[in-house]
Amino acid sequence: MLNKADLETNASIDGGMGQAKPHDSAHLHVAGEATYTDDIREPRGCLYAYVLKSPHAHAKIKKLDVSACSIPGVHAVMTAKDIPGVNDAAPVVGGDPIFAESEVLYAGQSIFAVAADSVDIARKAAAKAVVEYEPLPAILNTHDAIKAKKFVGDTYVMAQGDSTVLKKSKHQFHGAIDIGGQDHFYLEGQIALATPLENGEFHCWSSTQHPSEVQHLIAKMLKIPDHLVTVEVRRMGGAFGGKESQASLIACIAAALAWKSKRPVKLRLDRDDDMLMTGKRHPFHISWDVGFNDEGLIEGIDFTQAADAGMSPDLSNAIADRAMFHADNCYYLGNSKVTSYRCFTHKVSNTAFRGFGGPQGMLAMEYVIDDIARQLGKDPQAIRKVNLYDPKGKLKDRCTTHYGMTVEDNIIADIFAKIEKTGDYAKRREEIARFNRTSKILKKGLALTPVKFGISFTLTMLNQAGALVHVYKDGTVQLNHGGTEMGQGLHTKVAQVVADVFQIDLDKVRVTATNTSKVPNTSATAASSGSDLNGKAAEAACVTIRDRLIDFAVGHFGVKKDNVRFTPAGVQVDGKMLSFKELVQLAYTNRVSLSSTGFYKTPKIDWDRPKAKGRPFYYFAYGAAITEVIVDTLTGEYNFLRADLLHDVGRSLNPAIDIGQIEGGFVQGVGWLTSEELWWNEKGELKTHAPSTYKIPTGRDIPKDFRVALFDGDNQEETIYRSKAVGEPPLMLGISAFLAIRDAVAACGKPHCLPPLMAPATPENVLKAIQAVQA
Amino acid sequence: MTFTVTPLRRWRITRRKLLKGGMGLLAAGAWARFFGFFRHARAAETVRPPSTITTRLRINGRDNTFKLDSRVTLLDALREHAGLTGSKKGCDHGQCGACTVHVNGRRVLSCLTLAATADGKDVATIEGLAEGKKLHPVQQAFVDHDAFQCGYCTPGQIMSAVACIKEKHAETDADIREYMSGNLCRCAAYPKIVAAIKQARGATERG
Ligand code: FES
Ligand code: FES
Repeated sequence: MLNKADLETNASIDGGMGQAKPHDSAHLHVAGEATYTDDIREPRGCLYAYVLKSPHAHAKIKKLDVSACSIPGVHAVMTAKDIPGVNDAAPVVGGDPIFAESEVLYAGQSIFAVAADSVDIARKAAAKAVVEYEPLPAILNTHDAIKAKKFVGDTYVMAQGDSTVLKKSKHQFHGAIDIGGQDHFYLEGQIALATPLENGEFHCWSSTQHPSEVQHLIAKMLKIPDHLVTVEVRRMGGAFGGKESQASLIACIAAALAWKSKRPVKLRLDRDDDMLMTGKRHPFHISWDVGFNDEGLIEGIDFTQAADAGMSPDLSNAIADRAMFHADNCYYLGNSKVTSYRCFTHKVSNTAFRGFGGPQGMLAMEYVIDDIARQLGKDPQAIRKVNLYDPKGKLKDRCTTHYGMTVEDNIIADIFAKIEKTGDYAKRREEIARFNRTSKILKKGLALTPVKFGISFTLTMLNQAGALVHVYKDGTVQLNHGGTEMGQGLHTKVAQVVADVFQIDLDKVRVTATNTSKVPNTSATAASSGSDLNGKAAEAACVTIRDRLIDFAVGHFGVKKDNVRFTPAGVQVDGKMLSFKELVQLAYTNRVSLSSTGFYKTPKIDWDRPKAKGRPFYYFAYGAAITEVIVDTLTGEYNFLRADLLHDVGRSLNPAIDIGQIEGGFVQGVGWLTSEELWWNEKGELKTHAPSTYKIPTGRDIPKDFRVALFDGDNQEETIYRSKAVGEPPLMLGISAFLAIRDAVAACGKPHCLPPLMAPATPENVLKAIQAVQA
Repeated sequence: MTFTVTPLRRWRITRRKLLKGGMGLLAAGAWARFFGFFRHARAAETVRPPSTITTRLRINGRDNTFKLDSRVTLLDALREHAGLTGSKKGCDHGQCGACTVHVNGRRVLSCLTLAATADGKDVATIEGLAEGKKLHPVQQAFVDHDAFQCGYCTPGQIMSAVACIKEKHAETDADIREYMSGNLCRCAAYPKIVAAIKQARGATERG
């Protein structure tokens, strides 16, 4: 038994909620001991796979003869014909063949795969196949898709009031922006290792955000029940949405070859193959008509969003929906209409990427605000403020989004007030204007942009999660939940929740690899919802066990329920103090179950898609950023001088992890809008398919002066520990960098000019915009 | 003032400066072309039969002898033959830094180095950095600053950082960013990586 002194010295556990604890794998990462899929010791007889890809964006396959592929060392060749079940690796609706059948729809599409003793042999064997194509014309942009009426989903509209009233406004204009896509460039490429087991079972290590879907798709492909397939993921070397649906294809190919060869098969895509074969962030073309008054108050707005979905639906409909949801960003649109086209193109099927369409919708809105300010000759901040959703909810009519949800938790005005002060906004605005008056070649720019990001899967069904918690006789705890770890620190956060419920130190909690045989039917770890959902599910499991322990203590010691308390020093039972381990042992001896599942579903959400009205989000996460840039107007090159980020994570579950997410999200957003350019040639071949030509930010590209702070405040909804999701929202803080560049470009032209800067703002695009405003 | 954004130019500047800095990457750069030839040859139909050679590598202070195809990279030798999977394959193109190891004390990209060229040399990898349970100051600093998210770039970052400090290229923040710019981090843990290297620089100097 512990004594009172212990109680006093142990004021709190080590690693409870809200503490800045390092990542649970920190010590493994720095020692090179963290195991990723490619590091797993391969099972005996493991084979290696290679996939042959289509060289054409659109073609008929006239002939496919793989008989010559069977060279020594080759153990299996799989084509579409060899698949016993369904030849499809698509989420939601179909359209993503594992192997092409009679037609190829993008350059890079998988045609067939070979498993051999080495990748070299597999590659050599694949080259021996005879494939004859008849090339067909390809649609390569949204414009042509709309003309040809080729879509991957129905055109969808969200509206409120009557947007045509904008025609009566004093000021009106039409504008448009092209927004580029983005490759995920997770540092660990796509990979899977599939092993056939006894009695028709399969095990698959997959670098996936969605093990349950991979499980289901493998089963469907092999025409076997789901219970024969187990999918496991220890950790991913980054994912960012790129392993939400895209990992399935890789895992299915590995499993198909394992099925055929009856041997373990590993498929690890080369970087080039990865970039050619897997989907990216959707490029968008967004145009608008807007009407506003002298104050810059928007009186009516009509957006048209055209998403380049690529060759299949994948998750495009949900992504395009989210682009619509965030067409307002933080502003009350009033009379408004948002029309969305989900365009089919003969390109790789675009997919989830941190922000899931939100960033594109939001960028267009911020562009509109910037344009209004420039036309009226006002500071964009002034325009932002008159258009904000009413923060106090006093003006009931200025709180409803264009999809009928009431914004109840708006804190953006407070965030503005704080960041304008800490970021010295007004003073720097003046200094920059002064600088630009005297500096001919170098121009500076400044922008402050906000973020309001809706948290929940917009498909209500997906907002559920499960967890499995075991307490062992020695008082240690093993935790498994449906979420996957991709660097976001989810396992650490959920383990902190568990430590907190039992009031034990974090090192007593071990999170095991995500495994479909432990927690079934999980949703993807996506939509920033990982800790919201899995944290709550784990909490539920722990509370069940804790309640059992309490009930046991009540009976065993004959005390009142209220007098059994879990404290950092141990479990207090009346005056006595037992260590957690002692109570657990006692409970075990008395035959109390020490294991439980937990389940959670997000409350309050209710989205009626056919009517385009309802509450798709549980709550919103907010933030704002100020970025300052200096541009060389002769070359279009630039440097970011300073960035101030203020972001709302509710009550932080772990400030160290949250700050990392905010910094990383911002930099990734800046990369998307500046140096990361995807370029397809006229034949529809992606030519930026390696880091030599596709430039993600390096350590030199981050702002020289980089200040990141957490906004102080609880989530007003009852989330885990009143925290807020943090994965995606900060990415959109990067919009401030783009608009800062635009601000500097505007300084090259006449007052009121509207620089036609397109995204990404590569030096070439910056130069084009400078030339346009100088013309 | 340096402007940094044109992708190709940025790369060149980085390379040039790195090369001027006299790092092992010079060797890597030269190998890039050489190795590119082999890659090509490998894919072709008329590939000559592999020639196996004996390669001796002193890895983390221990002698190893391998019989390797002469075209095997140092990265594959480490990962596939020596069972050391700490060095990561991020791109296999010499462009991400995840595979950084030290050969005779200089940092090199092991994916661009043929194992045969490291014959008889000292190879240091992330697995050999700590002394028993005691982390190297750079490792400790990465833990202290949480200088990673997914951790996939971390072994390369740490091996690069150790060399960067030794080369005296970690004197200022700007230097650190410049001389670490060959190590990509998609999670963009860059601010924390810089902070960790600063801490480690102090610790190495004191220690
Ligand atoms: S794997 Fe060697 S530099 Fe990327
Ligand atoms: S920590 Fe993920 S790539 Fe650096």
